[in-house]
Amino acid sequence: MKKSHIFGIIIIGLAIMIIMSTAGDASTYVTFGEAIERAHDGDNSKVHVVGRLKKDAQGHIVNMQYDPLVDPNYFAFTLVDTNKVEQRVVYFNPKPQDFERSEQVVITGNMKQDVFVADKILLKCPSKYVEKDINKTASL
Amino acid sequence: MINTLIGDIGHASVIVAFVTAIVSSLAYFMAARAKVEISGDTSWRNLARGAFYVHGAAVLMIIFSLFNIIYAHRYEYYYAWSHSSNHLPIHFMISCFWEGQEGSFLLWIFWHVMLGVMLMNVGKKRKEWEAPVMAMFSFVQIFLTSMILGVVLGDVKIGSSPFILMRDFMADAPVFQMDPNYVPQDGTGLNPLLQNYWMVIHPPTLFLGFAATLVPFAFAMAGLWKGKFTEWIKPALPWAHFAGVTLGVGVVMGAYWAYETLNFGGYWNWDPVENAVYIPWLVLVGAIHTMVAYRRSRQGLRASFILVITTFLLVLYATFLTRSGILGNASVHSFTDLGLSGQLFTYLAAFAVLAIGLLVYNWKKIPATEKELTTYNGEFWIFIGSAVLCLAAFQVLATTSIPVYNSFMGFIGIDTNAALPADQIAHYTKFQLWAGLVVALLSGIAQLLWWRKVDKASFVDAITMPAMLTLLFSSLIIILSNKFDILPFKLDNWVYITLLIASLFSVFANLSIILGLIHKKVALSGGAVSHIGIALMLIGILFSSGYSKIISQNTSGLLYSREFPDEVNRDNVLLWRNTPVDMDKYSVSYRGKFFEVAGVPGYVNQEILFRTADPYKAIARADVKAGDKVYYKTGDTLELSSPENTYYELEYKNRESGKAFLLYPRAQVNPNMGLLASPAIKSFIDRDLYTHVSSIAPEEKEWSTMKEYDIAMGDTIILNDYIAVFHGVEMVNKVPGVELKQGDIAVQADMQILGETKNYHVHPLLIFKDGMAGYYPEEIGDLGLRVTLLNIDPATESFKIGVNTTQREWIILKAMEKPFVNILWIGTLIMAIGFIMAIVRRSQDGPKTAPKPSVKLGSKRKAQAV
Repeated sequence: MKKSHIFGIIIIGLAIMIIMSTAGDASTYVTFGEAIERAHDGDNSKVHVVGRLKKDAQGHIVNMQYDPLVDPNYFAFTLVDTNKVEQRVVYFNPKPQDFERSEQVVITGNMKQDVFVADKILLKCPSKYVEKDINKTASL
Repeated sequence: MINTLIGDIGHASVIVAFVTAIVSSLAYFMAARAKVEISGDTSWRNLARGAFYVHGAAVLMIIFSLFNIIYAHRYEYYYAWSHSSNHLPIHFMISCFWEGQEGSFLLWIFWHVMLGVMLMNVGKKRKEWEAPVMAMFSFVQIFLTSMILGVVLGDVKIGSSPFILMRDFMADAPVFQMDPNYVPQDGTGLNPLLQNYWMVIHPPTLFLGFAATLVPFAFAMAGLWKGKFTEWIKPALPWAHFAGVTLGVGVVMGAYWAYETLNFGGYWNWDPVENAVYIPWLVLVGAIHTMVAYRRSRQGLRASFILVITTFLLVLYATFLTRSGILGNASVHSFTDLGLSGQLFTYLAAFAVLAIGLLVYNWKKIPATEKELTTYNGEFWIFIGSAVLCLAAFQVLATTSIPVYNSFMGFIGIDTNAALPADQIAHYTKFQLWAGLVVALLSGIAQLLWWRKVDKASFVDAITMPAMLTLLFSSLIIILSNKFDILPFKLDNWVYITLLIASLFSVFANLSIILGLIHKKVALSGGAVSHIGIALMLIGILFSSGYSKIISQNTSGLLYSREFPDEVNRDNVLLWRNTPVDMDKYSVSYRGKFFEVAGVPGYVNQEILFRTADPYKAIARADVKAGDKVYYKTGDTLELSSPENTYYELEYKNRESGKAFLLYPRAQVNPNMGLLASPAIKSFIDRDLYTHVSSIAPEEKEWSTMKEYDIAMGDTIILNDYIAVFHGVEMVNKVPGVELKQGDIAVQADMQILGETKNYHVHPLLIFKDGMAGYYPEEIGDLGLRVTLLNIDPATESFKIGVNTTQREWIILKAMEKPFVNILWIGTLIMAIGFIMAIVRRSQDGPKTAPKPSVKLGSKRKAQAV
């Protein structure tokens, strides 16, 4: 066998390894139900959950807990996923500033005991994605 | 007044540019046909040249029109309204230009024009390349200019014009239905994160790099088309180097911008937008190496074709990825979706089919040597190095494309829900770190072999010295970091140790080559220089990312929950104003909010600024000084250069040496984007101290109900635990910001409050104006007090003051140390110098001289090892 053939085989082998590791590390978008199931099965892999903040009839966000004066690294809230399942989420970081305004929240993390521990929060605020509102400047 | 003329000129120029690109491409195509070339007929070529120059002029006209729209604040145009605002300084108006997709396409088009004109005019001897290469150039320009065409044919939207009027863009907005000539007074402004000087030069550099990858691609295509399978390498090589350096430097500039402006705590976040440029760069560097190897030993021609073509296709893929909206949730900073994904995909597919088809068609005709390379051939190791670079690129590509798989599966009707890895750093580092390590090793070994005779004895001879030095210095670093407390980290992780050894070996091996060449031909050492740069970059990344240390651990003992005490990092600390907190070896205190004032160096305390209705204007309440120089006197009106940004003064005091320095991390609460915090970085020789605000106290303070005191001159009272002395009152003639007329009376109290660290002079004002009393209380943010002078009784000489108290101000911050991050930036510069040396040498490399050996192998690895 020529050297170049061995070379080619090794490269293909490594490429396959890369694909496997990508497939293995890739996370998934799941619901809280599935996240809980995974935790029950002893699967600690981190998942993405898409949801909305729990709001009362007046549209106020409920069950949001952040008191920086006591612990600046503890922020807890309740998220409602696409199946309308509610789940307590804890984020060991300061509360993102525009959290209340977010339309949709994507969290990354996993279930620990009975809370979902998020290590990343991605907010989808209406203004970030929808075109800016002209009236804001038109009124100036 | 709506100025439609400038937009019409711009739009007409876009159409002219589009049409002339077609004409130029066709004419060059005709000129490149064998029949025309042989006949010596230059008429097609002259037509093509003329068309390309007209195209260039039209592009300049588009740029002029668009810049005029931004510069003259013509908010009747959507582009100006959505990307600019009245208060934007000129240098940031330049960045508005490419904040939008259309402008950045324009930038790319512009660089193609510049490069095209250069190719037409330099290298007069190589006229045989002009027609086929420029045919390709113009062909690409057709596609790019169509992206800003803004024409709707039936249901198909072709391109998005930057010259669209507000009233056309938002035809449904009620304000335009009432008055079609309505012009907004101000724009919505440039994204504050882009208001940074790096954003003025980083995008042009990056797009120049993008544009430059077209040159080797066009040469490769011309080579395939005209059957000049081997000749294209030589003219393409300096351009490939040029693309390599601009793209590489552009990527690092972006990283530096992220380091300085964003607050994820580093310079590389594996964001798809960053990856999209990193991937083609790696492949391009691989291509440069196979081309160089081919120039010397006639091996690797097919690989060069594949890699050059792949590089350009990856650039197009990067464009598709970042501009089609396909990334959705996956990226924090891709462009807004303009609904052009179909068009972008069509282009990507068109070029892929054209290039790959041409390559496959000619594959058998491309000469390949059957000669086997021995292990002592430098070329052998170069090919391995290129393969490693491509594999590294492949890993990033495979992962970054996850959102694309989802879309594709959705397109064919299968619902998938794959997401990017939860821990991206770990995922990428797993491979990129080892690729970096192998590249560093290979760059040393291959360079040594390249410059030596092909035998074992000579190689052993060459490698001994660098290997010894490597072992010596690595053991020194390991011992110093572990046994003595000199370095800011303990190097005890064997993976990092291996990477350090490999990188040091690369430095010493390449250094020995430079020393060997210094007497003969130092101009040939570009490869060695840039390899040293790469190796240094690897070392800088290793230390700064691998040993990044958060020093703002919350040690207050107050925890909300003790649910997971071991696993959670509590990386943020709350600082009360003027209450020092110990962090690492520093005692850190937060000392108040500051602003930037036009014409005054440094920052000005907001306590001495009286804000007016115009947010950009303020009145000085005390002399504004910097050092000893007084810039504004009390009562002067001054201009705030960026009132939306607040700078938080932090004093870091070394507890051992007592030395202190100030840092001003920046934050603004943006109505659209939340808290935008940028770090303040203090650079030491061996580390950077990186601090950013992660949360701030709400702007609206809650004041206690007012407590009133009746006091006389000289009385001492206790306010909120502080001793306060009332010295009396005085009449004042001038009050900043208030016009006093005859009969108006302004009285100012003089109080002194003894704080913990200093004394405060408080001067609340009471003004009787037009028979009304106006209160001008004074706030002492440090103490959480607000004092109001309520009344004066001249008969009894008694005074009434009111005092409100509030919680003291606080901020939450995060601070970390990044050891030796400077080595990364220095390495980048050295890499760039090496590349430039190689460009100079490769473009002087005349056809008569025998191919001289020189090689560059290496890669910048952005493995963010954590």
